[in-house]
Amino acid sequence: MSRLLKKACFALGAAGVVGYALLPVAWILALSLKSGDDVGNQKFWPTSFTLENYRAVFASPLFTSALVNSIGISLVATTISVALSTLAAYAIARLEFPGKKAILEIALAIAMFPVVSLVGPLFDTWRSIGLYDTWLGLILPYMSFTLPLSIWVLSAFFRQIPWELEQAAQMDGATSWQAFRKVIVPIAAPGVFTAAILTFFFAWNDFVFGISLTSTDRARPVPAALAFFSGASQFQQPAVAIAAAAVVVTVPVVALVLLFQQRIVAGLTAGAVKG
Amino acid sequence: MAWFGATVPGSSRASDREQRERRLGWKLTAPAFATMLLVTAYPIAKALWLSLFSYRLTDPAGREFVGLRNYAVVLSDSLWWRDVATTLLITVVTVAVELGTGMAFAMVMHRIGRGRRLVRTAILVPYGIVTVVSALSWRYAFARDTGFVNGWLGLVDFAWFSHFWSSLIAICMAEIWKTTPFMSILLLTGLVQVPAELHEAAQVDGATRWQLFWRVTLPNMKGAFMVAVLFRTLDAYRIFDSVFVMTSGAQYTETVSFLAYRQTIGRTAIGIGSAVSMLLFLSVVLIAALFVKVFGVDLSRVGAP
Repeated sequence: MSRLLKKACFALGAAGVVGYALLPVAWILALSLKSGDDVGNQKFWPTSFTLENYRAVFASPLFTSALVNSIGISLVATTISVALSTLAAYAIARLEFPGKKAILEIALAIAMFPVVSLVGPLFDTWRSIGLYDTWLGLILPYMSFTLPLSIWVLSAFFRQIPWELEQAAQMDGATSWQAFRKVIVPIAAPGVFTAAILTFFFAWNDFVFGISLTSTDRARPVPAALAFFSGASQFQQPAVAIAAAAVVVTVPVVALVLLFQQRIVAGLTAGAVKG
Repeated sequence: MAWFGATVPGSSRASDREQRERRLGWKLTAPAFATMLLVTAYPIAKALWLSLFSYRLTDPAGREFVGLRNYAVVLSDSLWWRDVATTLLITVVTVAVELGTGMAFAMVMHRIGRGRRLVRTAILVPYGIVTVVSALSWRYAFARDTGFVNGWLGLVDFAWFSHFWSSLIAICMAEIWKTTPFMSILLLTGLVQVPAELHEAAQVDGATRWQLFWRVTLPNMKGAFMVAVLFRTLDAYRIFDSVFVMTSGAQYTETVSFLAYRQTIGRTAIGIGSAVSMLLFLSVVLIAALFVKVFGVDLSRVGAP
């Protein structure tokens, strides 16, 4: 009896966690499917479903250009950031050199940085050197702020790689390039990939730089566009259109989470908290 | 020191090799190091410099050195202190609630058998979701003209965003929802590391469930606990996105980050805005230092945020 009760408790707890995690997502989805009459009815689900809001959002150049900016900027920033942090993490995990500790400490400090305190001077500098309202003007700060996370994740990961395998392969007659390519790369790839997912999340999520360092649809990413779209209330009811746009930017996140759940958890806790 | 371990075993004669290794190490870390500093060290130095001037972008000719006057202006203004109080209130409330719920979630995730994968996947959704989207979702949920919260609670026509406390509840809800998963994942790492034998021994000694939790589980995961609290406190203190989207600082819900943004970008008052930015930066450093000194959080044991 008490066993059964315990099982029921855990089932209830699990259902609670899942419900908690998905309620606001389900809500924004429900709102995006509502038609004009349903919006103000104080109910969760729409009485009739419509895809009209999605059509409207994709017909708006304001949103589509922001979507292109977000995808482009996030992918470029992720690629460069992960490439640079792979080199750095390899050095930190495998080589002995002075300044190693300092780099990790500075990375930690940067991760705790209040980004808002940087946007003033960046705004000023970017305007004078022509980086304001450009892709590069956002890629640079995204790189700076994702490097610490990726360096930690990767150096923790690289430290667990059995590097003796490389020597063993060379003993067996492989060239050092073959040993690296066939032995080390396959073991290291999942870690690099994890760092890439976390970096992409950061860039995709950014709002502070997005609103401060852009002014037009040339470089403005989706989160910034969403906020400004909602600010302008000349539209009769922008809520449903914004909800549809919000669902669109949530799709990649949910897809990544579904596909790579274990890797994301491993990355978030990589090297964290020993003892 | 575990954090900095794992070195290549070097031979004693290899001073030449050591040199090469050293140079390679610097070469490999230099690009990442330079990029990190480029967009942080330089701007913060510049913010420090600009905070000493009376300077508005709209009036570049009127730029004038004023020393620490901007700081005096900010620190003697009740607006600054009210924003600090609001930010601290949000920080304390959200971190406290997140600790409770995060711990509960971590225990569910730790002990659950069937459906483990589903729960662990679902919990990552709030973590990954764009903060602005989360804030919008909660704003529309609470809003009088679009929401369901009034319908569910039977409040009919309550205007959540017209009062201080209800606005604050909505903002805290959005923050808590978004960041509890991160907290629970960090706590779960600590929970997993509590040795099972300790539990068994305590149970043999006749400890109750409650005693088990407070006397055995919690003390043995203190490291994970403090790291989670530190990271979340610093993060909560920097709150910006949710406030911007949900209230834009109305009903006295303005936070320190929002004030810095409003001065520098909104009003283009670069001088005074930079002073606010520096004070924000210093308060974050202060909080971190407090954690390290008072609670003895060992940052060298920290891996990922």
